Amino acid sequence: MNSAFFLVLRRMRAPIIVLIVIYAISVVGLTLVPGVDAEGRMTAPLSFFHAFYFISYTATTIGFGEIPAAFSDAQRLWVTVCIYLTVVGWSYSVVTLIALLQDKGFQNTLTANRFTRRVRQIKQDFYLICGCGETGSLIARTFDQIGQAFVVIERDELRVEELDLLDFKTDTPAFAADARQPDNLQLAGLMHPKCRGVLAITNDEQANLAIAIAVRLLNPDIPVIARAEQGSIAANMASFGTDFIINPYERFADRLALAVSSPERFRLIELLTSLPESPIPETLRPPRGHWILCGYGRFGHAVAERLRGTGITLTIIDPSAPDANREIAGDGTEASTLRQAGIEHATGIVAGSRNDINNLSVAITASEIKPDLFVVARQNHAANSALFTAFDADFTVLPSRIIAQECIAILTAPLLARFLDHVSQLAESHCEQLVKRLQEASGGLTPVIWDIRLNAAEAPATWQALMHDRKIRLGEILTDGADRDSRLPAVPLLIERGRDYVLLPADDFRLEAGDQLLFASALSTQRKLELTLKNANELDYVLSGQENSGSLLGKLLKAKSQH
Amino acid sequence: MARPDCILGGIMNLEKVIFGFFILLAATLNFGFFIGDIARAELHSVYELAAALFVSLIATALKFGDRTQIGAIHLSTSLVADLQLIAAAVTWGIAEHVTGVGMTAHVTSSVVSLSGGALFANIVSVIILIVETVMLRR
Repeated sequence: MNSAFFLVLRRMRAPIIVLIVIYAISVVGLTLVPGVDAEGRMTAPLSFFHAFYFISYTATTIGFGEIPAAFSDAQRLWVTVCIYLTVVGWSYSVVTLIALLQDKGFQNTLTANRFTRRVRQIKQDFYLICGCGETGSLIARTFDQIGQAFVVIERDELRVEELDLLDFKTDTPAFAADARQPDNLQLAGLMHPKCRGVLAITNDEQANLAIAIAVRLLNPDIPVIARAEQGSIAANMASFGTDFIINPYERFADRLALAVSSPERFRLIELLTSLPESPIPETLRPPRGHWILCGYGRFGHAVAERLRGTGITLTIIDPSAPDANREIAGDGTEASTLRQAGIEHATGIVAGSRNDINNLSVAITASEIKPDLFVVARQNHAANSALFTAFDADFTVLPSRIIAQECIAILTAPLLARFLDHVSQLAESHCEQLVKRLQEASGGLTPVIWDIRLNAAEAPATWQALMHDRKIRLGEILTDGADRDSRLPAVPLLIERGRDYVLLPADDFRLEAGDQLLFASALSTQRKLELTLKNANELDYVLSGQENSGSLLGKLLKAKSQH
Repeated sequence: MARPDCILGGIMNLEKVIFGFFILLAATLNFGFFIGDIARAELHSVYELAAALFVSLIATALKFGDRTQIGAIHLSTSLVADLQLIAAAVTWGIAEHVTGVGMTAHVTSSVVSLSGGALFANIVSVIILIVETVMLRR
């Protein structure tokens, strides 16, 4: 049962007993003290009924006066005692109750109860986000935008309160608790039948590890996405089968290397994996040649390894790293250091230390010495966004954003990973065409990548039509339901049928029941296309151009007109 | 046999002493009210009924917030006793003040039999208390 209820009862025990005792003394006393009538003769005392009535309205300070008859002096003497007794009793109760309501422990119990109830009542599939820092907020906002339900568990109470102020469209249960404790994860719906996955994206690597293990043991059927920057932690996570391990530095270094070696493919991947409905990222063409790398920590190592793979030569500046170029003094924030590192003949620079201000300083100094230098700046904290936007480096690395993009890409369309595997085989020119198509389709913003399976649950109307041997081609369902002459601006990326995949299917592709389709489109187009696939009337209109309400009357009228 | 330090030392629990006291007092007071010819009002004192009711209410309040299994059963039995005694008191008050029929044989027997029901609940409480105590001894 409700633990808050028991807590109230337990704390109120003493005041209630005090009240009962005071009432007993007052009422019994009043039934013993003799009264007086109008002529001054002694009469019988009040009965229990009248005594209880009198004490009830006196104790609650309502005070109707002396009922049923004027009191004798003896009764007044006793009532004076009763008034003080009962006032003390009630004050004690009220003060205890107020103290209880303000009690931190009691409020926590109430919050936990409310949260548990809300989680239990979730009807749609949801994801459990552990840790709502910069990454978590980005993911939460995107989930909210695409209408995906989620539950947040975050250690910092203030962050949870801020989350309440973010004005989400969906009703989001958020709870301030330590996600490392399995109890809290269960409270947040880890074992809930609708829980589709867990995102362990706190700032604390050990916590992410603990969450990943807890999920693996308690609910092994659902996927875990974990953030890990240290190699040992990532290896540990992989050892017990964590589904997705995201290392933002390696992910970024991969991208940077790809941008150097095949810019068009990089651009395509960037477009497909960026947060949906955000501004389209600028085209980047990092030059080959000689680069300077400032800061040789985990990020620096990842970048250096990948860049060397593309044939770029590097000068590494980091006074604290033993394997950097030791003959260069300073950390790159001074012009002399950069000159010594050979900035005159360099084509690019990476400012990749853990310190945002140093990174900006390196980037600004470098671009003053050589304005056409390609500058990559690492931003560690989202709070410094204003500074990095003002500087406008060629490429800004924001680890929280990289993780958020990766999570969204993995979760919203599982087929996307398959598509990205195939992208590596596409030619550069092909990628360029596809980028153009995507940009036209999504109207100036990045597209939403989504998939739908033609089965009874996800697309009932289409499924039924296909089961009745209706022949539907891919191009036909892409007709706009509001205006049959125009075509919905959606790009079909991939169709999965059994174990086969069809990359970039053509319009005359014949659909079959059970196919899974991967699309890239604007959010509004997604809604329209989903309606077409789900609603039989809409599908009929789109395929045949005939309006059909689906009602019995409509069918009868139609049958008649055909006779 | 219980060792002396069991009674005075760690095992003795003040809360249990107080609760046992009130449960037993409620039962004895109720028994005192209940005993005597069921239809004769002069054999049943209103003060005894009032005392039984107040003590029973206190015994109930003492079990508020107890989340153990036995605590919950105690709470339910003493709630039953409270309800029966309140019903008896209300019957009495209505007969005296509302309908004005006074304590006739019919009214008296209703009041006393209601308190008899409460007595039964009190006895159950006492039995649970004894069982609990015996189990503690091991």
